[in-house]
Parts: sequence; structure tokens; C-alpha cells
Amino acid sequence: MNKPKVCVLLAAGINRDYDAVCAFERAGAQVERVHVNTLASCEKTLKEYQILMFPGGFSFGDDIASGKVLANKLKYKLLDQILEFISDGKLIFGVCNGFQVMVKLGLLPGFDGDYRSQLTTLTFNDSGKFEDRWVYLRVNPNSDCIFTREIDDLLYVPVCHGEGKFVVKNEETLNRICSNQQIVVQYVDAEGSFAGYPFNPNGSVNNIAGICDETGRVFGMMPHPEDFVRRTHYPRWTREDLPESGSGLKFFINAVEYARKNILPD
Amino acid sequence: MREGHAKLMFFNQQTSQPIWRVEVGFKPGVVDALGESVKKSIVEDLRIDVDSVKTVDVYTIKAALDEVRVKRVATELLTDPITQISSYDGTLAKDFSKVIEVGYKPGVTDNVGRTTVEGIEDLLNIKFKEDESVHTSRLYLINGQVGEGDAKRISTGLLANPITEYYLILDERSWFARKRDDEKYFMATGEREPIVTEVDLNVDNEELMRISTEGVLSLNLEEMQKIRSYFKDPKILEERKRVGLGDKPTDVELEMLAQTWSEHCKHKIFNALIDYEENGKKEKIDSLFNSYIKKATEDVDKDWLVSVFDDNAGVIGFNEDYNLVFKVETHNHPSALDPYGGALTGIVGVNRDPMGTGLGANLIFNTDIFCFGPPDFPYEKLPQKVLHPKRIFKGVRKGVEHGGNKMGIPTINGAIVFDEAYVYNPLVYCGTGGMMPKEILGRESHVKMVEPGDLIVMVGGKIGKDGIHGATFSSVKLEETTSPTAVQIGAPIVQKKMMDALLEARDRGLYNAITDNGAGGLSSSVGEMSEFCGGCVVDLEKVPTKYPGLDPWELWVSESQERMTLAVPLDDIDEFMKVCEKWDVEATVIGEFRSSEKIDVKYENKTVLYLNMDFVHRGLSQLKLRASWKRREFKSPDFSQPADLLPDLKNILSSLNVCSKEWVIRQYDHEVQGASVVKPLVGKVNDGPSDAAVIKPLPDKGEGVVVSNGINPKFGEIDTYWMAASVIDEAVRNCVAVGANPDHIAILDNFCWGNPILSEDNPDGDFKLAQLVRATQGCYYAAVGLGVPFISGKDSFHNEYQVEDKTISIPPTLLISAMGVIEDTKKAVTMDVKRKGNLVYILGLTGNELGGSHYLMTKNLVGNSVPKLNAEAAKKLYGSLHKAIMEGLVSSCHDCSEGGLGLAAAESSFAGGLGMELNLSNVPMEGSLRDDEILFSETNSRFIVTVLPEKKADFERMLKGNVFAQIGKVRADDDFKVIGKDGKLVIDANIYNLKEAWQRTLDW
Repeated sequence: MNKPKVCVLLAAGINRDYDAVCAFERAGAQVERVHVNTLASCEKTLKEYQILMFPGGFSFGDDIASGKVLANKLKYKLLDQILEFISDGKLIFGVCNGFQVMVKLGLLPGFDGDYRSQLTTLTFNDSGKFEDRWVYLRVNPNSDCIFTREIDDLLYVPVCHGEGKFVVKNEETLNRICSNQQIVVQYVDAEGSFAGYPFNPNGSVNNIAGICDETGRVFGMMPHPEDFVRRTHYPRWTREDLPESGSGLKFFINAVEYARKNILPD
Repeated sequence: MREGHAKLMFFNQQTSQPIWRVEVGFKPGVVDALGESVKKSIVEDLRIDVDSVKTVDVYTIKAALDEVRVKRVATELLTDPITQISSYDGTLAKDFSKVIEVGYKPGVTDNVGRTTVEGIEDLLNIKFKEDESVHTSRLYLINGQVGEGDAKRISTGLLANPITEYYLILDERSWFARKRDDEKYFMATGEREPIVTEVDLNVDNEELMRISTEGVLSLNLEEMQKIRSYFKDPKILEERKRVGLGDKPTDVELEMLAQTWSEHCKHKIFNALIDYEENGKKEKIDSLFNSYIKKATEDVDKDWLVSVFDDNAGVIGFNEDYNLVFKVETHNHPSALDPYGGALTGIVGVNRDPMGTGLGANLIFNTDIFCFGPPDFPYEKLPQKVLHPKRIFKGVRKGVEHGGNKMGIPTINGAIVFDEAYVYNPLVYCGTGGMMPKEILGRESHVKMVEPGDLIVMVGGKIGKDGIHGATFSSVKLEETTSPTAVQIGAPIVQKKMMDALLEARDRGLYNAITDNGAGGLSSSVGEMSEFCGGCVVDLEKVPTKYPGLDPWELWVSESQERMTLAVPLDDIDEFMKVCEKWDVEATVIGEFRSSEKIDVKYENKTVLYLNMDFVHRGLSQLKLRASWKRREFKSPDFSQPADLLPDLKNILSSLNVCSKEWVIRQYDHEVQGASVVKPLVGKVNDGPSDAAVIKPLPDKGEGVVVSNGINPKFGEIDTYWMAASVIDEAVRNCVAVGANPDHIAILDNFCWGNPILSEDNPDGDFKLAQLVRATQGCYYAAVGLGVPFISGKDSFHNEYQVEDKTISIPPTLLISAMGVIEDTKKAVTMDVKRKGNLVYILGLTGNELGGSHYLMTKNLVGNSVPKLNAEAAKKLYGSLHKAIMEGLVSSCHDCSEGGLGLAAAESSFAGGLGMELNLSNVPMEGSLRDDEILFSETNSRFIVTVLPEKKADFERMLKGNVFAQIGKVRADDDFKVIGKDGKLVIDANIYNLKEAWQRTLDW
């Protein structure tokens, strides 16, 4: 069977590339780690791939603002390729620093196919601290997001960030994200209710943990599904009965399945 | 617009280069999280009342940009359009009582400034010229009744470290009236020509020592004399003449010898010949290292040892295809002076040890252990120039966060010890583990090989004056007047991309050998690598520098961070350079390895150093020292047993060393790389203290790596022999508790001591050395007895502080770090109780060993009955317990250490969210002990284990032949009950109250 190809984008300071590679490989994809400079110099192009992953990390050390310097680089060196990637119907996934890059580049929320305007941001956690903790997420059943299809239960995944507070430009932006069903995942407590800190670990508006574009093919989130793909990733695996695969794996399986059915040539 | 701010552009008088100032702040209504946390620290730590703190970031851009472009930089790059506003032609500072501006001093690494340059280059499609750059600083706008004195305290006590940063305090009027002087942010480009000085050593002894001391060479008289006689040898002088050198050493040569012969690099004390006296018995010990540490490893003799003691880190086998690499370093003095920069440099520095071992490992975990003064130490008792322990704690924590998180290495294990003895001289231990394939393209990865003709390539950061004399500085005690050039700021992202590039080059076989530039800089790295082939020639002027004006000796010994030195074959150099270019990593050919038996260093074609390899590496003679030991007697406890032991249990739970460190742990990323199996915090709501961490670095294999540590300076106050044995046991039993195979555990030693060399200024040097002798003897006993070899280590002496005429030494402190292997990570066990009705066991014999315990500590006593170790019984028990764990017979396992059995049981209980009932009369004990002795003795080699009732028989069969007993049950409710020997309740508590006591101390 043909394996979809994933481009895991590297840049100075990206460090969750390996986690993403493992998750995509487990989900049945063929994965390559490609440095942004290799794409900028046209040694390789995005054309070869069906899925583009912006992994987590500290691109350029989070200097100036998280994700900003890489977004700036992409904007001036790679934007055309990325826009073409989207218009070809392919998938883009950003996690943590990758999500920060996506919103700062304007790929999200991508209203009316405008992937160049920054309307939202991810800023410092209200706690003023970087925090590594597991959080519960509720998936919006009405969202068109490809990555969260058939995920009905609450998810439990780690967040590891200092700048994850989702903020919007204005009420109008928020209303539109909501009414378009572009909110994909939200922070909740173990019962599935909104519950404030530490369940919402950063103070995000409307408890938003991740959003997609209007097509559901471009998606970013702060928590790390790639760090819960096997049972022993789970913090309480020694005291609970769990399936062998972690629930984060579904994000990657969904992407790979979609790419196989809809993007790969028959 | 008021005067002074008509335009925030300013022309440099000499070069007419514009300097722009861009200020970025938050929009009204947006939370300024940094400002809020600064306010919290001002109010809570400094106890100064302020109403609000707002922050503004300042980018001072020295570059030929016009206004249109600066506006684009400000709005498109530096400002977040959603949350921030900015100004490039005015100031955002308004409505404040005091403004404090803080930024790095010129020449100090400004990571954000450097990144900003790259961002501007991308945005405007330009390249910055050599004299163009960006400096960053931050304004803190403070509102409230803040006087000049308060503002100064806020600046020096919290916001700025005067060693690396400047600060400026202004009120609103003076802020708007001030004259712009932006040139001060940038390094003056000196016109001075680099010089080489000859040093005349034909002087008397007193003068020789003056040269050593004033030059921070830290060489003793005998060593200085050795150097003097080398430069009198006619054969040497004849050879020198041929290369244009005279009969006096150059400063480059003297500096190299000082670095190479430093305590830091040569471990002179550990290798000394010691006259040792203990209770009237005299013996000669020829090298503590050879006699006890290395000997222990030889006697343990494990077939999985791959490379021990002779590389930057120790290497052991992991599974069929991979090896593990581990090293722990200390970075004490720099962290005392600049906690953030010191710790950051410490962590990224130790990263380079596994990276520079063999052909280089990829890094899979960090572990960090700190010793600080108590965070509530009274400010008025602090000597001048000593930073407050809380500030050191917070700064070090932040440095480790930035170093570990930004490098993408999970921080999976650690410990913090608080004691007043560390107020003046905190200890910062940073460790990093790595993994490498056993073979890379058919070559054994742990073997370094350098061929004559290989090019010497320096990779990574540029060289500046930072970190000069780090190696020799660590051999000097801290003083109130210490003015350190040794402090520097690490740049994790520069190192991260270097590591990524080097791993790619490694896997493509593009180099022959690699080592890091740490202490001693190029002089050490090139010097050491030359040993593999017999010499080198270096052209120092090729070395890339941060700024002009460095003398050749500075280039040769500078410890500027993020650099590795490699041996690259001529045939591979083009490919190698291409890989570096792709990753934006600087790489420079600076010379060539030779077989000449000479180290030959040139600067602009003139030889500035010409030394025999043999003299540099083997010219040092053995140190001769004296040690004498006498047991110290402390007051014996003479109180009667309290009827209710709950207050004592709570006191211990809340004590600084025992209490929850969740505040610290959560700020470290322990998930990155997706290998986590047992996390630092475990239990029903992820908040119980794990004994050790387990990671699974190979997703498709079953094996895991287990990491733990042992440290206990309190025991050392009584007897360092049993301290050493105890901390080895602690590290090992922590590993075993989560499931590590006791036959596959390696350990590292890290000794931090006061100055153990007897002299007029150091009258108890012989006692401190004797403490070291006993500690290494204890190491030998425990390591051999438990079957755990040392694979690498580090020693740091001179951990003392001079206040006026008093020298304050730290207590002897030995950190043991353990790295073990668990055959199957799915069998790992955590410390939290799992089910009601489970049986509670104690494994191991409890002794009357309250000496150095936390129980006595909470009563301000030390005691004398320090815990001993029965290594034979322990080894047997660990083997049996491991089998039981692998058979799935153990529900939870927690080691008994600080606070003893009582603490271990309480922690297991509240971490699992279920109560427990214990009966002390069932505890196997040595002789007849009181209830408090049973509960709180810190006897080694014990565990609290819970077992499902249906597995009772199998478990007991597996443990047969060891001392163990069932002492209670896990309850269905929240009650924690302990029944004393006479049948009465000695503890009756609620687990959530116990947990609260444990969590509140460091809940910042």
C-alpha cells in the first residue's frame, strides 16, 4: 500500500521533531525531516509531500516572541510553496511551537482562504510560567477538522509551554471562529466541564486549545498528541487499564488515512 | 513629544551609523504576565510594596536602516499585532513612579539581539555588516511608593545582575529629560593590536608565586619551578630558536600549561600521594582515584562496561545495538555569581560531554541536583555581594529550564538540598545522558581516532573574552571581592543547531573524532585530541571572534560556549562544511593534526606557542598531601518519645529537603522526545514523588533507561564513609524501586568539598582530606558490595567563601548519579498505592539509626548513629525485589530515605489517594527500638511495597531469604493510621492533610 509522505519541518531550536516522526511512522506514514533552509534553497520542494508538520520546540529560542522569527522566515522564503500546498488540498498540522508559527504567519484561522493575515496569537501563560502538565481536551463534534475525526471521548495529553494563551484580535474574530466551528479542541476538567486553571493551563480565551481553518485540513494546537501514542506515555498507566496505543495517535492515523484516500494518486 | 525624544534615532559620532530604538509593550487590557510575576517577587521576596509593574522590551538597532524600514521592523517583526503596541519614534514609558532599564553589558552574549538580526535580515532581505547589531534591554515601569533605595534594591536584588547586566533607575521627570546615549550598549571596537608577551621566570620563588596568583594561573610553586626548568633545557631552547622563540615562555604557553595542569583538568588532589592517619594508624595512599574509585570499577568488572574514565563521559551497553553515555558536572562558582547564566552554562556545558564522547551521542535526558541556602534565610545576615538563596534558587531554576527545555532534552530527575552551609557557596550539579549506536558505518562509536593530516575544525559559536580562566578560577575560593571574568551566558539554540548538524555529519561518517570546548577552551580540546596522533599545528588568527582585539592567549584558552573541536579528514571537509552551512552553523578550519610530538600554535604566521606534547601532558609531578581523621562527636539525643508522632511526621513532610518540588518540576519539560515511562511526578493526580525516572528512548524496543540520584550531606557531618556508602545505596535502591535490573546499574561520583590541602591559611585541610579519604573508601565498599561500577565522575574542591578573615567551607557533599537499565518498561513500578486492601510490606531490617536523620534535624540535632550499609544483604534483597517486580507481583514500591519508613508510607499513601494502616510491632528491627526510631530512622536498603492479596504467596516466596514483613494494609478511606508497639495509635491522620503539609512549603 502506498504510504503518504510527511514533511516534518526543521529549523534552529525545533526539538519535538522526533516525537512527531515517531507518531506519524506509527500511523503508517513515510516521514522525512526537512530543514527550512533545504526548502528555501529549493534543494527540495513541498510538492513531494502530502502532509506538512510544524513540530514543537523553541524555534529561534522563542526570542522576540514564540514562533515569530520562524513565521517571519517562512513568510519571506516559503510562503508561496505553503499556499500552494494548501490549495492542492493537502494537510498541515502544527503542534505547540508549530501552532504558534501558524497563527503568527496567518495560516490560522484562514478566513475566506486568506492565509496571510494574523488575527489571533499565542502569548504568555497567565501563570507567567512554562509548565509541563497533562490536560483534558474536549473535541468539538461539529468541527470539520480532519485530524480529530471519530474522537468522541475526552482526550488526556500533555502541554509543555510558556506561551500558549490563545488570544484573538477582537470579538468579531472570536465569534467567527466559533460560528464557523473552527474551534477543534478545548481545555476541560476530567468531567468535561470548563474549569479554569490549572485545567485551562494558560488562560486561553474560551478555553481554546486548538483551531483549524475553514477546510479542516489546516490545524494547530498547543497540547502534544504526539507524546501520547503508547500506553506507557500516560502518567497513570501503572494504575489504570488502558489500550496499547495512546489516544493521541488517532490524530496522526486520521491524517494518514485522509492523505491516502484523498491526496495520494491512485 | 518632549525634549530628548523628538526621534528615537541617534547618530554614532564616529561612523554616522544610525542607532534606532524600538520599544514594544502590551496593549492596555492585555495581561503583562512577566510584569505580574515581577510584581509578585518584589512584594513577596523583597517585601517592598508596589502597586503595579509593567514591562516594555527595547530593541536598540545599530544598522544603516531608513525610517521606512525601521517602521517595518517594528510593526512586522518585533510587535505582536494582537497583544502589543510599539514605538520607534517615541517612548512607551509613561505613568510610572520609577522606571528601571536592564540589559546586558556590552560584550555579554545577547541571544535575543542575535536572533533579532536574523529576523531583520529575513524581513528586509539584507545582511548585517560586521559593525551592525541589535542590543536588547527591558524597561520595568513601577508604580507605587517606591523610593530611590527601594528601586536600587529591586534592581540589584531581583532584576539585574551587575556582573553581566547594567541597570538604570529614573523617575518620570528624569526619564523624559535624559540624553540619549545608545552607543554605550555596544562593544567599543578597540583599535588595539593583539599582542604576545614573554614572561620572565628567572626570578625567585616569591616572584614565581606572584606571577601564578596575579595571572590566575593557580599553579603551585613546584609546578612553576617545573616550567622554569623546562625553559632552561638547552635542547628545548635550540628547537625554540628554530621557530623564532626565545628562552622565556610566551603568555600563550604559560596559559596553556596552567589550563592543562589545572585541578579542574588533571584532578591533582584525587591523584595525590597521601600520608593518611586514622586513630593513630598510618598508611600511604597512592591516588584515591586509583585505589578506590577506579579499583571499584575493576573489581566489579561488568561485561557491559564500554568506556570508563577516559573520555568526556562514561559509556555502557544498553542493548544489542546501542550504548548509553552519562556525565554529571558541577558549575558552582559561576552559579553563585550569576545563578541564571551559571546554571544555563552548566547545563548546556554538560550536554557537550556526551556529545563529545566517542563519535558523539544524541542527548536523551538531563538530571539536575542543587544545594542551596534556605530560601527564608534572613536578608540582614547576608554578607555583601552574596546573593540571597531564594534568588540563587530562582535564577538557577530558570537557567536549567532554558538550557534543558530549549535544547529539547527532557529533565527527568533531580533533587534539591537546603542547608545554611550552602548560603555562600551553592552547588549546582548538571547531568546529561546520551545514546549512540554501537557502530556507525562499521566503526565502533566509542573510539576516537585522529589521523595525522586530519584538519582541526572548530564548530559552533564564536570566541570572546567570556569564560577566560574558568578552569583555573574553579580552583580559587570565592571572596567578597571576586570579580569574575569567568561568568558567561549560554546560547542553547546555537548549541541545539550545532548538535543537529553534528549528528547528521556523524551518521554520514564525515569526521574522525570530536571533543567539546569546555574548561581550557581550544588549548584543552586541541591538546587532548593531539594525543591521539602526536601533535598539531594551529593558526589562531583563523578562529572566528565575537569582536576584534583578542590576544592570542585569549583565543587559545577562552571558554566561550557552544563550541566543539573535530578532526575532519581532508576528503570529507567539503561535505562536512555543507552540512554545517545547511544548519546555519559556523565551522572553521583552524589547523591540522600532526605526528610531530609538538603543539605548534601560530598567530599570523609567527609561532606563539611551541611545546613538547610530553611536557604538556605528562610533565606534572604528583602532589603530596597529609590527611588525618578523628571521629567527631555530636550531642546525643536525650528526649523521650512523644506520644503523638503526627506533629513530627508533618514537620518532616514540610521540611525543605523533603517537601514537594512540584513548583520546580513542572517548569521543566520532562516529556520532550516522547520517551517518558515513569515521570518525576506520579500517582492518582500526578503529584507524588517518583523514586527514579524511566524513559524508553527506542520506541520499538522493550528496554528502558532508569535515572536516579543519592545525596545526603547530613550523614557526612558524622562520617563521610557511611555518607558515601549511604548515597550509593540510595541511588541504587531508587533505581531498583522502579524496576531497574540491579545487575545493570552504573554510577557517577561528584565530590564537592572545601579545600583539602593543609596550609597556614587552611589549618583543617588535613581533616577535610581525611573526610575525602573515608568517602572514597566508603565508595569502594558500597560500589563493590552492591556490584555497581563507577563510569565517570568529577571533583570540585575549593568550595569555600572568604568573608573578611573567615573561610566558610561547605560540608563534604557527594552526589551519586545512577543510570540503570530495565529490561521491559512495561514492568516498571511507581510509588503510589493502587488498590484498597493491598498488603503493605517493609523490606529490609530497620536499625537504630537516627544520626543525621530529618527527625533529629527538625529538633536541631545531628546525633551520632549514622546509617550504615550491609551491602551483602542489600544486594540480595535488590535481586529478589527485581525478580518480584519483573513477575508483576509488586503494585507499588517506594524507597525509604529522608524521613524513613514513616515518610515513605505516608507519601505512597497520599500519592495513591488511599489511606493506610501500619502496625509497628511487625517491623523487623535490630534490637528493641522506640516507635519514633522505627518510624524515622533512615536505615538504608529498605522499601515500602504494596502487593495484591492474591499475590501474597508468590511475593513472599520470591522474597524468601531476605528480611521483610507485612506491616499493614491499604485502607478504603483517607485515614493514615500507625499503631505503636504498645497497641496505641501514634499517628492518626488524614492523607489530604499530610499531602497539604508536604505541598505547601514550596508552593510558589
